Amino acid sequence: MMNTNIRWAAVAAASALAVGVLAGCSGGSSNEGGGDGEVTLVWWHNATGEPLTGFWQDVAAEFEADNPGVSVEVQGYQNEELQRTLIPNQLRTGEGLDLYQQWGAGELAGQVDAGYVMDVSDQVTQEVEALGGVVAPWQYEGQTYGLPYNFGIEGFWYNKELFDQAGITELPTTLEELYDAIDALKDAGITPIGVGAGDGWPAAHYWYNFALKSCSPEVLQQSQSELAWDDPCFVEAGEMLAEFVAAEPFQDGFLATSAQQGAGSSAGMLATGEVAMELMGHWNPGVMGGILQEETGEEEASPPEFLGWFNFPGIEGAAGDPTAALGGGDGFSCSAWAPPECVDLLRYISSADVQTRFGEIGAGVPVTPGSEEGIGDPNLQEVLAGLREASYVQLWFDTAYGPTVGGAMNDAVVQLVGGQGAPEDIVQAMTDAAATL
Amino acid sequence: MTAPNLTAGRATPARPDPDPAPARVRRSRRSLRDLALVWGFAAPALVVYIGFVIVPVALAAVFSFFNWNGLGPLERFIGFENYVRAFSDPVFLGALRNNVVILVLSLAIQGPLAIGIALLLNRKLRGRTLIRTLIFVPYVLSEVVAGLAFRLMLPPEGPVDGVLTSLGWSGPKPQWLADPDIAFWTLFAVLTWKYLGLAIILMLAGLQGIPEELHEAAALDGASWWQTQRRITIPLLGPTVRIWAFLSMIGSLQLFDMVWILTGGGPLNATQTMATYMVDIGNGRSQIGFGSAVAVILFLISLVIALIYQRAVLRRDMVGAVTGRG
Repeated sequence: MMNTNIRWAAVAAASALAVGVLAGCSGGSSNEGGGDGEVTLVWWHNATGEPLTGFWQDVAAEFEADNPGVSVEVQGYQNEELQRTLIPNQLRTGEGLDLYQQWGAGELAGQVDAGYVMDVSDQVTQEVEALGGVVAPWQYEGQTYGLPYNFGIEGFWYNKELFDQAGITELPTTLEELYDAIDALKDAGITPIGVGAGDGWPAAHYWYNFALKSCSPEVLQQSQSELAWDDPCFVEAGEMLAEFVAAEPFQDGFLATSAQQGAGSSAGMLATGEVAMELMGHWNPGVMGGILQEETGEEEASPPEFLGWFNFPGIEGAAGDPTAALGGGDGFSCSAWAPPECVDLLRYISSADVQTRFGEIGAGVPVTPGSEEGIGDPNLQEVLAGLREASYVQLWFDTAYGPTVGGAMNDAVVQLVGGQGAPEDIVQAMTDAAATL
Repeated sequence: MTAPNLTAGRATPARPDPDPAPARVRRSRRSLRDLALVWGFAAPALVVYIGFVIVPVALAAVFSFFNWNGLGPLERFIGFENYVRAFSDPVFLGALRNNVVILVLSLAIQGPLAIGIALLLNRKLRGRTLIRTLIFVPYVLSEVVAGLAFRLMLPPEGPVDGVLTSLGWSGPKPQWLADPDIAFWTLFAVLTWKYLGLAIILMLAGLQGIPEELHEAAALDGASWWQTQRRITIPLLGPTVRIWAFLSMIGSLQLFDMVWILTGGGPLNATQTMATYMVDIGNGRSQIGFGSAVAVILFLISLVIALIYQRAVLRRDMVGAVTGRG
């Protein structure tokens, strides 16, 4: 029999443990500095691999050095986990997070409506002026709630060697020419296009591009603000997509292929020469480099030499703007309760110096004027040129419409690509989802 | 349910109680202290259980009556609209159907298979330990590891197709994970591979509990091996089979990890289960209210089936343990 005192001590210890376990759930460090103007900034981003993780750490250290009394706790998390779980949960607590990854548009609107985001319009007027139209996704109802550090457009990443093998000498600039290229590749026994339809969005991006080419910018903007898709051009986009799928350009089993995981993913297939093309955003070289590093075990493995890039081709006779491009980027926002130093850090990240170095590490396409020479990757230079030439840049539809409508749309597009849906069903699915908002 | 306190000193007979209720033995200070100690030891576990189980379940039930995207306050009460929406959503109904099919097929296929294999293994044979280990290994593997392994083995012209080719299968092979008509059966095969081991081990444990004398008696009476199995072994395995079926049913209803890793619910929602759909909707599409409604439906279905099963089937095996007496 235990001595009574020992028993009660055990009870107390167990209770303390239980309370501790529960307390551990309300994570997030508090923002109370130790007086004397000491401030701690908590900064969350979505980089989980080098070089970007180290780069953000450097930026945080530089900011601390320039601002005595400010310490920055910088932490990277997996993208989806961060976007769907960590940030919403932390924002709901109303503390413990200052600067955080911001995908913009639909995502941002929901957060602003809930009162979680700091309006930085007055503090970043210079930056907004310098960046131009690229800031739009981080603005809502005329106010600015964040700044991008990375923005690019989507296009076809292609394998120059396989194009040569198939006798393709000119890059496709029209849809007809793209069909010809697909036929030529097939005749040469090469799988024309890899697509990671298992993840949904990569297949949906084809519909985005067709919608971009068949709908005028005015219609696109109106549908985005009203969340209504009555214009027949959206059904037309589905018809074009059905026709495209009927040409059978994709690899076998594409419905189960992931976009970015390992050699079997669509990015992996392009990197290893299994497919000739992949429609993907400007992050693709980084993704391919990461996959090759995993596969070969070489830390220095980089995207293959044979890579090239061309914009999604125009479509003859379509109502859309032939020079319009589809794109997106990454940015940061400050939470509504963040200290003023948060805005200083946001502006520092946007500075030409930091942006130039961001381009140098090859992690993306910097947005601040004057940082262009940092971009070493010739393909990313191409992306930047495409972005500059585009008369109209449409943000990824799923980001623009927000997760509820965007998710329903992506799912409906995959249904059509998989042969189980009609062009009208996509519009219907979006309309139904918008009705539940 | 407290057992009579046998350690307490004899209570002194008190004056007849004015109310007609049966006289209570007044608790001594000592037993009060004991009670406090019991609660003291139970409290931490209770706190954790309430914090991690009861509160989230209750919160999900609350959220399910709101149209809520997870941001801002709970404001838009919409009654049972989320529930109506779930039962008119073809994807959810498909997911529910998948759960039911997996539940029924698991019982119908894994049960007899497991009993058969257990009977075969329940005798002296060389390498028995090795065989048992091999059978049990898939169950020990984490779902994520097993799911990833199969994902890597099953793409077109992957290792599995390579084995089939070397076995002389020429021509196109089924797209194991990419064809909506086949992916569900691929998933079911992987689940069977993974959970058959658990069923067999349980059955073997049940077989160990059958007294050898019964077999000897049957042998003396001239029963054949088959008769012995049918008339003695299998009936006496009853409790084990019933418990295994219970675990299997609950597992089938709440199936998540393997699907999430192997197919993500695809292709074209062909392998969606209630749990994967819930995560898809709640997390992926920021519809916390609707996702919570799906969670509550899943919880209620599991609860009802569990209660009915316990009342109707497990009662004999668990008298007093769960169902109370009588």
